[in-house]
Amino acid sequence: MRRGSIVQLIVIGVLAGAVASAVALIPNWLPTSASREAGRIDFVFWFVTGICIFVFSIVAAVIIYAVWKFRAKPDDDSDGPPIHGNTGLEIVWTAIPTMLVTAIAIVSAIVLAKDDAAGANPLRVNVYAQQFFWSYTYPGFGNKPSVILRLPVNRSVVLTMHAKDVLHSFWVPEFRQKQDLVPGLTPTLHITPDRVGTYPLICTELCGLGHALMRSRVIVMQPDAFERWAARKGP
Amino acid sequence: MTSIAEHERDPVQHGPPRPPGGLRRLLYPGFLRAAWMTPLFFGIGCGIVVLARWWGGWHPIWLGEIIVLVGALTAAPVGFLAGIGAFDYWVRYAIGSPTEPEDHSGHGAYSWKDYFRVNTDHKVIGMQYLATTIFFFLAGGLLAMLVRAELAKPGMQFFDNQTYNGLFSVHASLMIFLFVIPAFAGLANFVVPLMLGAPDMAFPRLNALSYWLLPIAGIMMLSSFAAPGGAFAAGWTGYAPLSIHQPMGTIFFNMGVQWAGASSIMTALNFLVTIITMRAPGMTFWRMPLLVWANFTTSLLVVIATPFIAGSQFFVMFDKVMHTHFFDVAGGGYPLGYQHIFWFYSHPAVYIMMLPGFGIASEVISVFSRKPIFGYRLMALSLMAILVLGFSVWAHHMFVSGMAPWLRVPMMITTLMIAVPTGIKVFSWLATIWEGKLNFATPMLWAVGFVSMFVIGGLSGIYLGAVPIDIHTSDTYFVVAHIHYVLFGGSLFTIFAGIYYWFPKMTGRQYNEKLGKLHFWLTFVGFNLTFFPMHLIGTQGMPRRVSDYAPQFGTWNLFISIASFALGASTIVFLYNMVTSMRRGAPAESNPWRALTLEWQVSSPPPIFNFDEIPQVVGNPYEYGVPGARHAVLNGDRAATDTEVRSH
Repeated sequence: MRRGSIVQLIVIGVLAGAVASAVALIPNWLPTSASREAGRIDFVFWFVTGICIFVFSIVAAVIIYAVWKFRAKPDDDSDGPPIHGNTGLEIVWTAIPTMLVTAIAIVSAIVLAKDDAAGANPLRVNVYAQQFFWSYTYPGFGNKPSVILRLPVNRSVVLTMHAKDVLHSFWVPEFRQKQDLVPGLTPTLHITPDRVGTYPLICTELCGLGHALMRSRVIVMQPDAFERWAARKGP
Repeated sequence: MTSIAEHERDPVQHGPPRPPGGLRRLLYPGFLRAAWMTPLFFGIGCGIVVLARWWGGWHPIWLGEIIVLVGALTAAPVGFLAGIGAFDYWVRYAIGSPTEPEDHSGHGAYSWKDYFRVNTDHKVIGMQYLATTIFFFLAGGLLAMLVRAELAKPGMQFFDNQTYNGLFSVHASLMIFLFVIPAFAGLANFVVPLMLGAPDMAFPRLNALSYWLLPIAGIMMLSSFAAPGGAFAAGWTGYAPLSIHQPMGTIFFNMGVQWAGASSIMTALNFLVTIITMRAPGMTFWRMPLLVWANFTTSLLVVIATPFIAGSQFFVMFDKVMHTHFFDVAGGGYPLGYQHIFWFYSHPAVYIMMLPGFGIASEVISVFSRKPIFGYRLMALSLMAILVLGFSVWAHHMFVSGMAPWLRVPMMITTLMIAVPTGIKVFSWLATIWEGKLNFATPMLWAVGFVSMFVIGGLSGIYLGAVPIDIHTSDTYFVVAHIHYVLFGGSLFTIFAGIYYWFPKMTGRQYNEKLGKLHFWLTFVGFNLTFFPMHLIGTQGMPRRVSDYAPQFGTWNLFISIASFALGASTIVFLYNMVTSMRRGAPAESNPWRALTLEWQVSSPPPIFNFDEIPQVVGNPYEYGVPGARHAVLNGDRAATDTEVRSH
């Protein structure tokens, strides 16, 4: 390849990378982060995004350059150069993706292990899902029932999931964490809310007629306000 | 082969024998016989149910759901198949009657009517497949339009929740089981025997039967809208226990999958035997076109994986109608068991829906770049790598399902590793077009469009493969965007590439190039405007499979709906082009693309038994630009040189 072509190719790649970066940075891709787990998950998200922009730029540059430069003229019936392969190149494009996905796997596995570990003295809450609403009990507070999930800020929470009829899924986009509720199983989910506020809770596993409306909210409160609420009798 | 050549010269003795007149016509295989055998078998099915229930003392003796299941969804289709004559030869053989000598009367098409009977010609069957699958593609597409109409605004517009859930469930099921999988089978049915230098598939009668199972499956899924309680509404994934507690429509899905799955398995067996045993002399495995390699690996996937979805749907149906407890906790069942069995098929199914497309893209990109495919052997080996790895990743659909937590990291590693062979394919296509003499005729537009869209779908797959990101995005619109980039930008784009590429070969006429390009650009733009924003609303918090959503997503959803209608409208250009070109297009040359593979070395459309003389394969299929290189030696051509015969 001539030096001019390499420069053109790199310019196209940089432009493609710039467009992809703009798409990644300008819209608000992720909702507000309201838990420690969310911060870590967002890190993986942007780590993968960086790698994807890199790969996308290379592929886009090659396609755009090829479409631009290698178009045959209408009366040109000749064939291209009979290149059958290039072992060195093939090793490179096997090895580099292997390294990139290995990096993603390692980062993901570390974040997953951290998100799976509950902090010291966690607040335990039982989550119950049935067609089509959510309810909760707080075993540490005399099994206090509630129909709204209230959590104290900056305290590790272990949610134990119970499904009464079919599959449901517990998702608070601001927490990034999600867990299916399965009849007969009691999987757990760890969340450490770190931002006071009210967030939507959405059922993300098709559960029948009212699935779309099986939405609720989660209220993250100051610890003293939470303690006062939890000590009150009744729901 | 001389006898074949003689048949060729005398088409009069071909075609179906004239049907007998009078009442004997009722016994002659065809739609008339099907018209009475279908109700007869339905009656037999009902009789079995009534007898069994009476004998067992179960009440009521006449139970609608069981009657529909046994009578309408099991026995009646068998009656229909028997009526049109799909079993005639085997039945005659089994009861010991003298079998009729094969006179090829069921082979080839001499008028449009020959496409509506049991035909054993792989080319006719290929066309039957394509016409049928395009019909169900249109039906599935219209359902998608209804889904987008409902989603244009937050709140409920046109449908109630159950109907809406039915719309997207049937949309997905038709697109997967009645369009993408069988459309690839149809293209391969037409092309693979020709590419191998074979006169037909290994088992032509089985091939005919595989086709006729398809319309049964499709009609079953569509007609579930007429069932009491509406269409099946638990998604195409039909997760238990929800699917068990759904109205009767669910069993239409359970049984539809059985018929489509049986069709798939039979075709795959047929491809395997054909590819292994019917290659022309000199056609070694390393000389097979990549489309044949792709269908070889796909067929292995189908044969190994499809029985699992058949099992999963039977178990759901047994739980529903026979009160077993496979997935019912109260009776000791295990709901996650369903997901494991289901995805053990349905993840490999993603590759069943993609590998044949890889094959088509390889053919088209090499021919329209006028260059050998880059890294041919690694291309074939990466297909095999995807086949093997494809069976070790199913639980990545279940990262949030509540399965054993330790299973997530190993499944993530295998999932991410699949990016490597897939990447090899993408980079090899790019290297193939590099320095080529690119001709952007319609098939090439679709093929390059496929590569670019598939890259985006592959990259969003990396996000979903990384467990922490998947936990956030699972069951959101991000997943909807991802699967459409892979199955629409991937599978459908390559199906279009294949249809345009082989259109001259199949019909003997050339399609309209301008309309073909218009179709591509409308689809390409409409596709990206429709599906790219779905990534964004997904990560922002919009779940999938909802008829109503939070008002904050209203603007994007309206935008997506409008774009999707434009995307839907682009299909009209395709249909118009196909119909008018088939009737009035310019006659096609035998090899308009100057390709080397065997199907282009015979007339367009090919002769009834493909080759007047079996070709001798002497070289690789993609030797563009190699002076004097030949793939095969056919009739009248200079005989193979000694070096060509020896050099494998």
